[in-house]
Amino acid sequence: MCMRFMLLFSRQGKLRLQKWYLATSDKERKKMVRELMQVVLARKPKMCSFLEWRDLKVVYKRYASLYFCCAIEGQDNELITLELIHRYVELLDKYFGSVCELDIIFNFEKAYFILDEFLMGGDVQDTSKKSVLKAIEQADLLQEGDESPESAVMSEPGLSWL
Amino acid sequence: MPAVSKGDGMRGLAVFISDIRNCKSKEAEIKRINKELANIRSKFKGDKALDGYSKKKYVCKLLFIFLLGHDIDFGHMEAVNLLSSNKYTEKQIGYLFISVLVNSNSELIRLINNAIKNDLASRNPTFMCLALHCIANVGSREMGEAFAADIPRILVAGDSMDSVKQSAALCLLRLYKASPDLVPMGEWTARVVHLLNDQHMGVVTAAVSLITCLCKKNPDDFKTCISLAVSRLSRIVSSASTDLQDYTYYFVPAPWLSVKLLRLLQCYPPPEDAAVKGRLVECLETVLNKAQEPPKSKKVQHSNAKNAILFETISLIIHYDSEPNLLVRACNQLGQFLQHRETNLRYLALESMCTLASSEFSHEAVKTHIDTVINALKTERDVSVRQRAADLLYAMCDRSNAKQIVSEMLRYLETADYAIREEIVLKVAILAEKYAVDYSWYVDTILNLIRIAGDYVSEEVWYRVLQIVTNRDDVQGYAAKTVFEALQAPACHENMVKVGGYILGEFGNLIAGDPRSSPPVQFSLLHSKFHLCSVATRALLLSTYIKFINLFPETKATIQGVLRAGSQLRNADVELQQRAVEYLTLSSVASTDVLATVLEEMPPFPERESSILAKLKRKKGPGAASALDDGRRDPSSNDINGGVEPTPSTVSTPSPSADLLGLRAAPPPAAPPASAGAGNLLVDVFDGPAAQPSLGPTPEEAFLRFVCKNNGVLFENQLLQIGVKSEFRQNLGRMYLFYGNKTSVQFQNFSPTVVHPGDLQTHILSLAVQTKRVAAQVDGGAQVQQVLNIECLRDFLTPPLLSVRFRYGGAPQALTLKLPVTINKFFQPTEMAAQDFFQRWKQLSLPQQEAQKIFKANHPMDAEVTKAKLLGFGSALLDNVDPNPENFVGAGIIQTKALQVGCLLRLEPNAQAQMYRLTLRTSKESVSRHLCELLAQQF
Repeated sequence: MCMRFMLLFSRQGKLRLQKWYLATSDKERKKMVRELMQVVLARKPKMCSFLEWRDLKVVYKRYASLYFCCAIEGQDNELITLELIHRYVELLDKYFGSVCELDIIFNFEKAYFILDEFLMGGDVQDTSKKSVLKAIEQADLLQEGDESPESAVMSEPGLSWL
Repeated sequence: MPAVSKGDGMRGLAVFISDIRNCKSKEAEIKRINKELANIRSKFKGDKALDGYSKKKYVCKLLFIFLLGHDIDFGHMEAVNLLSSNKYTEKQIGYLFISVLVNSNSELIRLINNAIKNDLASRNPTFMCLALHCIANVGSREMGEAFAADIPRILVAGDSMDSVKQSAALCLLRLYKASPDLVPMGEWTARVVHLLNDQHMGVVTAAVSLITCLCKKNPDDFKTCISLAVSRLSRIVSSASTDLQDYTYYFVPAPWLSVKLLRLLQCYPPPEDAAVKGRLVECLETVLNKAQEPPKSKKVQHSNAKNAILFETISLIIHYDSEPNLLVRACNQLGQFLQHRETNLRYLALESMCTLASSEFSHEAVKTHIDTVINALKTERDVSVRQRAADLLYAMCDRSNAKQIVSEMLRYLETADYAIREEIVLKVAILAEKYAVDYSWYVDTILNLIRIAGDYVSEEVWYRVLQIVTNRDDVQGYAAKTVFEALQAPACHENMVKVGGYILGEFGNLIAGDPRSSPPVQFSLLHSKFHLCSVATRALLLSTYIKFINLFPETKATIQGVLRAGSQLRNADVELQQRAVEYLTLSSVASTDVLATVLEEMPPFPERESSILAKLKRKKGPGAASALDDGRRDPSSNDINGGVEPTPSTVSTPSPSADLLGLRAAPPPAAPPASAGAGNLLVDVFDGPAAQPSLGPTPEEAFLRFVCKNNGVLFENQLLQIGVKSEFRQNLGRMYLFYGNKTSVQFQNFSPTVVHPGDLQTHILSLAVQTKRVAAQVDGGAQVQQVLNIECLRDFLTPPLLSVRFRYGGAPQALTLKLPVTINKFFQPTEMAAQDFFQRWKQLSLPQQEAQKIFKANHPMDAEVTKAKLLGFGSALLDNVDPNPENFVGAGIIQTKALQVGCLLRLEPNAQAQMYRLTLRTSKESVSRHLCELLAQQF
């Protein structure tokens, strides 16, 4: 399995997270993101979750207001990629507790860390929810005492999606 | 606010993010960002040294700004500083910044490498994992050079933590994919294979991907992984749904690992060891059985995970293509999915069936679903699903159902999405041509295409119908009648005018006897469209008119009147003006004889690969298609006049009369347009640009070498090497083609295909060649293999063509080679006594049964070499038959499905004259001549 990139973007077309597994120039990245977002956002609900795009296969799924979108290669398995997205959502949910788009906006670095524990170089590193979360929690424990968690200021109606 | 803010919140960051979110306009956002950038810059430049926390916070803000889509040109140094912090969170943010923002800024990489080196050596597993992640994320060659040797050690070290092993495996995979030459093979490779047995499922999951990649590049070195993978797979497949604890996903045991193992097995042919194979077949059957069991959960995740394994299993079954029972079961399973309520499953079933359709074992089974697929084409709401349905119909089409499929696709075309119309048009055109039983149907189909979707009928399509009509005299009358009728529609597409104009100009005489389509009627019909057409079409029509003057002298006056009109002679368009002037002069100056010669019917086009097929293949590589189309639609290329008509106007000379003189002195007029005009545009439309010159022997020489041998290098240039291994028995053959990428860059859209040039001419397939798909990407330095199954149905003269196209660094590459399959490959040697030989020799004494050649030796005359060549050619060598011991005598039978051809041969070397005389006698004239020609080129 070889994922080329993963994108998280909102229904309004705001990119929330991007992870590239193959060296791609900034210019090309921006172009691809724009193009693909347009294609995916134009699709209706109930349509199938796979599409051919350029020389890649795109697998996407919408959770509440967020689209999770993976580009994989021709030989790769679409359904397992779809479940890979789901597993990532589960991990986020477990970590943040009923995750919503705002969690990912305000804690984008955590979203990256979780993704990195789960996938590496575009391939699944570990599929066990426990081991991934354990690794993240360990990292959180390593933080220094003098930085007490501050509660942030925003509050928005819940966008919980699970 | 997010429900939890675990870890260390960074208040400043949160405030900044919410400021950005509160911005009412893009301008306000940019203003806020610029303010922040200025702030950060001054902090970084300030005299006061920043503490780790502030550095982390500012780096994180920069990262956020970058992710919003703004450029970041500073802060890299601060991020690198964070790498050497001993606080984990600071280090982590540093690494995140590097992996998101750093591509290959070499100066920075050296500093980063230093930090990575320290972390790898730290023996702190979390630090080691961060470092490995960073290497995998950046993956540059420079990092590869620095660490490729260390990582295998970490991977197989006995004391490495499991999480470190997992990261090391995938990190190494990434480096190996990027620069395989940097990763040293060695003692570690054997131990890597045994990670398949590791206790920790996470380690196995990560390691399988690495092993799969290694297997692809060095299949022989990693063969031992087959049995390990099979037994691991078997343990998972047969485990209960809760056995694997956290690796069970919605009651499906280890779906990711299962899929990966099945992928790994697809690197190899079916296991040779009977026990291993038995166990594997059992696994595959279990998966197929489980698909029939009631689901253990109603959640879609359960069925998706289960079906992911099922589809991968079917891929493996198709890859093996050797278990008819499993193939048919797979096909039935997919058949069930075709009607499933999940769109995803319908999509995947259609896609998967496309590959099943190409297997001889399941082609028929796939065909039984034709009605469901047609229904999908009509009723699916999602265009991507309809596209799969169209693909599948195309794949399952054969002679038996071509008419039905083509008519369904035509009907679909009327309402099809604009995005896929052109592709459907191409597919219909190809199927109509490939499976045309009668050519009137073919002509009808193409004209229907123009009627329904004229805008999407590319030049290739209507050029092709002209080629075919020109080459087949039995359809010309019908074509003329049909286009004449089609043109009578009040509004017809311009492409119809083009086709009509061309065909009537060539073959209008065939329907001129009918008063309803008498020459004046034909002319006025065409001319009624003239004024509505583009310049290109009008130019074509002018050529039709001059042809009419030759075909129908009675129209001469009318047409001259048209040509003489001011709107033609003084047309603002140079091309039209020139044609009008030249044609007018030609019609008045030249004698009828000259006119008849100049305007003679077009000669048949040389038969080659269908240009439409080539176009469709190009379409599959999207970049290639558009690039080529652009070139082709260049308005200055004068396609119509250059391509279709042998017009004098293509010879550009200042004076029309000089032009005419030139024409008179010209060699037979049929020749120049065929080679210059038609050759460039009509037939060669599929010749890709910039084909690299070949190294070593020319393709033709290489092809000739294969007449007497089965293995070797067929082609080689700077980019690509194609090797051949083949074996033939009776009328069957199997050929392995090995495509080696000689560069370090991946080939993309790699698609080798086999086509039969003779196909259309004869209606009859003389060779059935089955090809398996190969991966669309060929990594730098890698080799892919393609298997062809060949069946000789009847004797044939022209070999099939192998057409290879791919993209190398963005540029499309294309080459077409003769596949080394010659009729002598199906020789079965026959031993016989002298008496029998002479008796048969006499039986084959009709003059047309014998072919003889006397020729000069091109190679040193060595009896042993000659003997080897004759044996390689396929016949038996008979001793003690010829009274002269210097001579060679051979016998054999050519096995085809339709008939057997007995062959006798005699080769008489004359060492003094350095000459040979070769005599062939067979029961079939064409075979005698062909064998004689083939063999004579070998000495």
